[in-house]
Amino acid sequence: MSVRSRCTGRTPGLGASAAALIAWLGSACAGAPSPFRPASEPAAQLASLGWLLTIIAAIVCVIIMVLVLIPALRGWRATRARELPPLHRGDGERWIVIGGIAIPVVMLLGVFVVTAATLSKTSHPPTRARFMIQVTGHQWWWEVHYPSPDPQQNVTTANEIHIPIGEPIALRVDSRDVIHSFWVPQLHGKIDVIPGQTNTFWFRADSAGVYRGQCAEYCGIQHTHMALQVVAEPRAQFEAWLAQQRRPAVAPGDALALAGRAAFERQACSLCHAIQGTGAAGKLGPDLTHVASRMMLGAGTIPNTPGHLAGWIMNSQTIKPGNDMPQMYIDGASLHAIMAYLATLH
Amino acid sequence: MATTAPYSEPTAETAAHLDQIWHTPHTLYGRLATVDHKIIGIRYLVTSFVFLALGGLEAAAMRAQLAQPNLHLLSPEAYNQIFTMHGTTMIFWYAAPILSGFSNYLWPLLLGSRDMALPRVNALSYWLFLFSGIFLYSSALVGQMPDRGWFAYAPMTELRYSPALNMDFYALALLFLTISTTVGSINFLVTMLKMRAPGMSINRMPIMIWSTATISLSVLFALPSLSAACTFLFFDRRLAMHFFDSAQGGSPLLWQHLFWIFGHPWVYIVVLPAMGMASMMIPTFCRRPLAGHTYVVMATIMTGLIGFGVWVHHMFATGLPPMAMSFFSAASLTIVIPSAVTVFAWIATLWDSKPVMRTPMLFLLGFVVLFVIGGVSGVMTAALPFDWQLTDTYFVVAHLHYVLIGINLFPVVAAVYYWFPKMTGRMMSERLGRWNFWVMFIGFNLGFFPMHISGLLGMPRRIYTYGGGLGWDVANLVTSIGAYVFAIGVLLFFINVIVSRRTGAVAGDNPWDGGTLEWSVSSPPPEYNFLVIPTVRSREPLWEDRLGSAQRSSIREGPTLAEGRETVGTTPLDAELARVLTMPEDSLLPLALALVTLVLFYGLLLQAWWVAGVAAFGVYIVLNIWLWPKATEPLSEEG
Repeated sequence: MSVRSRCTGRTPGLGASAAALIAWLGSACAGAPSPFRPASEPAAQLASLGWLLTIIAAIVCVIIMVLVLIPALRGWRATRARELPPLHRGDGERWIVIGGIAIPVVMLLGVFVVTAATLSKTSHPPTRARFMIQVTGHQWWWEVHYPSPDPQQNVTTANEIHIPIGEPIALRVDSRDVIHSFWVPQLHGKIDVIPGQTNTFWFRADSAGVYRGQCAEYCGIQHTHMALQVVAEPRAQFEAWLAQQRRPAVAPGDALALAGRAAFERQACSLCHAIQGTGAAGKLGPDLTHVASRMMLGAGTIPNTPGHLAGWIMNSQTIKPGNDMPQMYIDGASLHAIMAYLATLH
Repeated sequence: MATTAPYSEPTAETAAHLDQIWHTPHTLYGRLATVDHKIIGIRYLVTSFVFLALGGLEAAAMRAQLAQPNLHLLSPEAYNQIFTMHGTTMIFWYAAPILSGFSNYLWPLLLGSRDMALPRVNALSYWLFLFSGIFLYSSALVGQMPDRGWFAYAPMTELRYSPALNMDFYALALLFLTISTTVGSINFLVTMLKMRAPGMSINRMPIMIWSTATISLSVLFALPSLSAACTFLFFDRRLAMHFFDSAQGGSPLLWQHLFWIFGHPWVYIVVLPAMGMASMMIPTFCRRPLAGHTYVVMATIMTGLIGFGVWVHHMFATGLPPMAMSFFSAASLTIVIPSAVTVFAWIATLWDSKPVMRTPMLFLLGFVVLFVIGGVSGVMTAALPFDWQLTDTYFVVAHLHYVLIGINLFPVVAAVYYWFPKMTGRMMSERLGRWNFWVMFIGFNLGFFPMHISGLLGMPRRIYTYGGGLGWDVANLVTSIGAYVFAIGVLLFFINVIVSRRTGAVAGDNPWDGGTLEWSVSSPPPEYNFLVIPTVRSREPLWEDRLGSAQRSSIREGPTLAEGRETVGTTPLDAELARVLTMPEDSLLPLALALVTLVLFYGLLLQAWWVAGVAAFGVYIVLNIWLWPKATEPLSEEG
C-alpha cells in the first residue's frame, strides 16, 4: 500500500508527510488479526458497528474539547492580568438540559437500536449450520473435535481448525481446566470457554485464507502462547482434508520411521500423546495422528519445521516456559528416528 | 445547652485553651495514638501515593518488556505477578484510599466540624489500610505475589491451579482491606448525617460531601459481595470447599458475578469523589458557583445507583442469553446520562466565565477531556456485540486507564495543588506545576491512546510478550515511550510536593479565594479546626457578601465549646443544632486492634490456626476494652 506524493518538484508539504506517516502506520499494522479487517459476514457486521461507534466517539470528543478549550483560552488571557476577576452568579441549566440530557438520550437511543439490530444479526447464524466443531480449551492449547454420526469417523486434532468457506459453522466450546476464551477476530467475536459449562456460538469465513486466533481470557503462565489457526478453504478442499484426518496413522514403510514409531511408543511421548492406529493413546497433550499436516507447533508458538520440532521435543520449556511437556532425555539415534516417523504423519 | 445565647468574638485565651484540649503531643505515643482527622487524612494521602509509586514501578517493568516483540526481560511468571500486583495495587490500595485521604482531611473542614463523627474508627480504618497493604506486599518477600490478575477468575485461583500462597495473599489482603473500607464508609455516612455545621441543611452541602457519601453507601452494598467472594475463595483453597469448582458442583461464573457486582460499583467508588472534588475546584477558578448544583447532586446519586445494574457488561462473552445481556447493555449506556449532565455542568460553569488558569485548573481541564475519551470508549464497550471484539483486549486496557487515570489521578493531582496550601501553609510551584501538567498530559495520551489501536488490531491483554509480524510493534513501542514520559510527569509532581513543602510561597488562609468553609481557617488549620462552630446559610459562606446573598452565615461568631473535646451534632436534613458531642481522646486502641487483625490474617495465611484463634480472641478483647462504657462519661449522649 504505497502512497505517492503529489507534491512534484517542491519540498513535500505537511499533507504529504501526513499521508506518508499514515501509509507507514498502515503498513506497520498490516497482517494484524484485527476485528477491523473482517473476513466474514458477522465480523463485517461487528466492524461496521465498531466504525459507527468510533465516528460518534470521535465527534463527541472533538466537540467537548472545543467547548473546554474556548473558555480556557479566554481564561488564559485573563489570568495574565494577575488580578482575580470578580465573583459572579451565573446560570447554565440550559447547557445541562440540552447537552447533558437531550442530546445524549437521542444519541444513546440510536446507538442502542443499532446495537440491538447488530446483535440479532450476529448472535445466531442466518441459516442452520451444516456441521458443528467442538473446541476444548486446555492449559495452553486447543483440542479440536469434528464429531460425526459414525463415531469411527470422528476427527480429533489440535490448534488448527479447517472450515469450508461461505457457510456457518456451529461451535461448542468447553474447558478441561480453567477459563479460556475462543477468539478469531477476523471471523467473529469471542466466546468464553468455561469448565463445567458448554457454550455455543458460531462463526464463518467468506474468503479463503488462514486466520489467526488467540485465547483472550488470561489462563495462566502461558496464556500468551495459546493461539490457533483457522484455515478457510473451498468445500472440496475441506472435504479432502477432513477425509485425510479421519484416517488413522499409516504404518511407515521405511525402517527408520518404524524404529521411530517404536521409540515413540516406548518413550514417555505416548503417555500424553495419542496417535490413532498405534499403541500411543495418551490424552493429556494434543493428538498427533496428523501432526505433520499442521502449520504450527505449541499452539501457534513456532512453525512446524524439522528444526523447531526437534527443539520442541527435547526442551519445549525453553520455548514455552511452564507448559506441561517435560524436558525429554532422548538419545540422538532415537530422536532421529522419531523425527523421521513424525514426518510421515500427514 | 442554650442554643440561643448571643456569641461574641472569642478571645486569644480561648484559642490557646482549645489548642491545649485538642493538641496531640509530638511524641511516639502521640503519633501512634492520634485521632486527628487531618493527620489521618495526610497519612492516607502519603500512603496511597507510595502505593501509586509501587504500582507505577510495576507498570514500568511491564512496559519495558512489551516495548518490542519477543523480549525476555521478565520471565512469564514474573510478568504475571507484576501485572496482577499493578492492577490490585492501583485499584484497591491507591485509587480508593487516596480519595479517603482527601475526604478524611477535608470533610470536617468543609462541614464546619472539629472532627469526623467517629475519630477512633477513622484511625482504625487507616491502620487497617496500611497493614493490609503491608500484608499484600509481604508476598514479594517470599516471591509469591498474586499472579491471577486483579479480578482473579476462578477456577484458575483454586489450589489445583495455584498451589502456592500467591492467591491466599490476594484473598486475605482484600478481605483485610474491606474491613478498613467498610468502617471508613460508615464513618463518612454518620459524619454526613450528624456533624454538619448548624444551618448547613442538606441542600447547602458541598458537592464533595454528596459524592463521598454516595460512594460510602455504595461501599456498604457492594463490598460484602467482594468479601464473600474472597472468603469463598479462601474456603475453597484451604478448607477443601467447592464454591467455584465445577467438577464438584460449584460454579466458576459465581466468582465473576460476585466480583463484578462489587467491581462495577467500585469503578464509581473510585471516580465519584474525584468528580466531586472537581466540582469544588472548577467554581473557585471560574469565580462563580457551580452551574446546576442540584443536577450534579442528582447525577452523582444516579451514577451510584445505576452502577449496581451494569455488572454483566464485564461478562458479555461468557455465554449468557443475548436477551438478558441486552438489558445490561442498555443500562450501561444509560449511565452516560448522569456523566454527561456533570460534564455539561462543568462546561456551563466554564462557559460564562474567564477561568483563572492556575495549575489545578490545567489538570481539571485535562481531566474533563480524558473523562470524555474514557466515557465514549466505554460506550463502545457497552455496545454488546462489538464488545465481543473489544473485551479482554488492549482496548479495554486503554479505556480503563482513561477512566482511572483520567478521572481519578488527574483530579487528585489538581486537588493536591489546590488543597496543598491549606494542608501545609505553602503554595506549590506554579512553574513546575505547568511542566508537571504538560508532561503528564502528553505522556499519558502518547502512552495510553495507542492502546486503543493495539486492541483494535487484535492484541489481547495480559500477554507477557508477542510475536513480530502481528502489526502490534509500533503501537506498543509508542505506548512504552509514552508510559515513561508519563512517569516523568508523575515524578515532577512528587518533586513539586517535596520541594514546595519547604520552599513554597506562604499561602495565607484563602489563596484561591474559595467560597467554602475550609478556606475560613488558617493554613494549616489549627488542631481544633474552627475557633467557633460556624452557622451556615448558603453553599459558599465566604462569597455571600460579594454575591449579594440575602442571608449571611456566621463564621467568626458562634459557640466555642472550650470545655473539652467538643463539637456540635445536628439533625440529618435541616442541620439544626441537636446536641453537644464529646469527642474521644487520643487512643492506642485503633492501632492495637489493627495489629491483632494483622496477626489474625498471617495466622490464616500460614494456616497456623492456633495463631489465628489467639489473634481472634485478641480482637475480641481489644473491642471489649474499646467499647467498655466509661463511668465518667455522661450517659445522655446517644441514649
